[in-house]
Amino acid sequence: MVWKKTMVVFLGLALLLFPLSELTYVKPVLGFSNQVIQQGATGDDVIELQSRLQYLGFYNGEIDGVFGWGTYWAVRNFQYEFGLEIDGLVGQEVKNKLNKASNYDEGYVKEQIRKGKDFTHYGGTPKTQQTEQGNQQQQQNQQKNQQQQQNQQQQQPEEPTAVNVPSGYSQNDIQLMANAVYGEARGEPYVGQVAVAAVILNRIKSASFPNNASGVIFEPRAFTAVADGQIWLEPNDQAKDAVMDAINGWDPSGQALYYFNPNTATSDWIWSRPQIKQIGKHIFCK
Amino acid sequence: MGKWIAIILLSITTIGAGVWGYKENQDKNAVLIQAENSYQRAFHELTYNVDLLHDKIGSSLAMNSRNRLSPQLAEIWKISSDASSDVGQLPLTLLPFNKTEEFLHDIGEFTYRTAVRDLEKKPLSEEEIQMLEELHKKSGEIEGELRKVQNVVMKDNLRWMDVELALATNDEVGDNTIVNGFKTVEKSMDGFEESVTKTGFGSSGPEKSFRHLEGEKIDEKQAKKIASQWLEKVSTDKLTVTKSGKGADVPMYTASFQNGDKNGYIDLTEKGGHPLTIMISRKVGEPEISLYEASEKAKEYAEGLEISDLELVESNQYDNMGVFRFLYTQNDVRFFPDSVVVKVALDNGEVLGMSARDYYNFHSERELNEPEISLEEARGKVNPNVEIQENHLSVIENDVNEQVLCYEFLATMENTTYRIFINATNGQEEKVETLKKAEMKFNQEV
Repeated sequence: MVWKKTMVVFLGLALLLFPLSELTYVKPVLGFSNQVIQQGATGDDVIELQSRLQYLGFYNGEIDGVFGWGTYWAVRNFQYEFGLEIDGLVGQEVKNKLNKASNYDEGYVKEQIRKGKDFTHYGGTPKTQQTEQGNQQQQQNQQKNQQQQQNQQQQQPEEPTAVNVPSGYSQNDIQLMANAVYGEARGEPYVGQVAVAAVILNRIKSASFPNNASGVIFEPRAFTAVADGQIWLEPNDQAKDAVMDAINGWDPSGQALYYFNPNTATSDWIWSRPQIKQIGKHIFCK
Repeated sequence: MGKWIAIILLSITTIGAGVWGYKENQDKNAVLIQAENSYQRAFHELTYNVDLLHDKIGSSLAMNSRNRLSPQLAEIWKISSDASSDVGQLPLTLLPFNKTEEFLHDIGEFTYRTAVRDLEKKPLSEEEIQMLEELHKKSGEIEGELRKVQNVVMKDNLRWMDVELALATNDEVGDNTIVNGFKTVEKSMDGFEESVTKTGFGSSGPEKSFRHLEGEKIDEKQAKKIASQWLEKVSTDKLTVTKSGKGADVPMYTASFQNGDKNGYIDLTEKGGHPLTIMISRKVGEPEISLYEASEKAKEYAEGLEISDLELVESNQYDNMGVFRFLYTQNDVRFFPDSVVVKVALDNGEVLGMSARDYYNFHSERELNEPEISLEEARGKVNPNVEIQENHLSVIENDVNEQVLCYEFLATMENTTYRIFINATNGQEEKVETLKKAEMKFNQEV
């Protein structure tokens, strides 16, 4: 009895999937916007670029919409093989050659990305073999949701599944620091927030503080926002931007290791530190 | 009747409140004890580790066989790192304890460098032995002080929570035994710094930043003028200028303006009026221009620094921002320490920031030696399992903070890219970096 049921489900699914993937396959695709794509870019163009390069076998990484090193080497190899100037930049000429040489099955790629599946986009291999097969339960659920998802697809543009992160930091580290910055300096001007983030980073580099972000942030009595729990407020995007700027090299604090609010500081010792400057309500010092 | 009901109700609420209050109090105490215990653990572990450190340094001094010495130094390195982490868990931030923390860091630094060295070929020098002796003596002093404090803590049942409270409210800090003990430890470190700098180790050497700044001193008026040039020609009346205090690495002027939703900020060195940090903040809309176009804008902007040669080495898109890193080049040699970063808004290509601090900090006209080994020789030093894709000549700062000329190789192994630096003078592998990959989004909505 159970077998019969699953068979029916599978058959139904096969029928559903088959036309979906095969039909869109034939559909001609207008490729790329007319921007030059270069290393570090993210977005739809990059998804297409990676898919096309993978179709031709130049790119073996994940199709995630972020132009990283793997994509860079793939572009260069492509340029070499097709007799183009080897500079790793994807301009009009490269795009034309790519469009000619490869097929881009946008529907398939976007669908896989939307479903969060592991997949590849090699030319000459049936699509069904290139996507991760979920278990039955999942497929049934997906079947139910399919109608819903198709509706959604119309409204929201597909996004890359990955993001650029500065070397040595993960999104979660950045989030944690953004929490600290928001808790400590949410009333401050943007520059003041970058400066607070820079102090955290300066402490990580300093010999007299722990050498990682969480160690510095959670050091007892180091930050009042940690002590009174304000660190767990939901940070806004500005705090996150401030952290990113600080990690990318901006330091308006002038290499400060400490800062304090002169109106509320209780420690004499902190006043004895050599001061650098005041930004907003905070005085930054060595 | 009503009276009785009132009495019963009242007594129930009173008992209820009593029980609730008791439970609350117990919960609070449980949390306090837990916090206290983790402080106690960090403190006792610290004393134990410093004790161990003293012993191990002592036995390494007495050691004769070199093949045992390396592992011993490596172990000291590990213990010093443990001890530093213990210090980081104690509420000492408002207490001057930096010298001791730097001391622990120096031990780690010193033992790491000697442990990874081939001691058969290059045994410990006379100075290094002297340094080790100094470390032994100082760690002995710290150990003694900490053991004393530990004894009092246990005898009198002193609580770290009280230390925290005393430090927070700033009263009677002078009377606190623990605080006094740690102050004594810190004092005992006084003579140490000099002896460290004499032997050329340690973190606390004299700062050598911004040594090569060029140009005349500028005054506030000139600072305003230069600032306005960098900050999209905002009128000088709108700029507020302040001068940095005595803690700054290099004297500078800070100018800022507020213009509706937009605000700008710039740091200029007093000597020469060079811009160190520029930031403009405003709301940035959806990306309209490509990263490539933005990089052209960034290049144009960076040309305003009048640096002879800048090469774009890294570009990244973060949502609606493009961030570009440039390196100073001289005869096609890339100088990694001399970097300039420019941030461009991708909605209209406006430059929203520049950081040239690293460039002005490190840049000087350097005499470059010709590489002594050939590119092919250097290639031979690279791990044969990686595939070399690109090569350059570069100057980097190595582990011991020396600037060295290297062959730089960009190489791939499977799907990962590595940056490998081979010293162009002696063929040593100076540094291997894994170049980051994009990180998957964790909270993607499906």
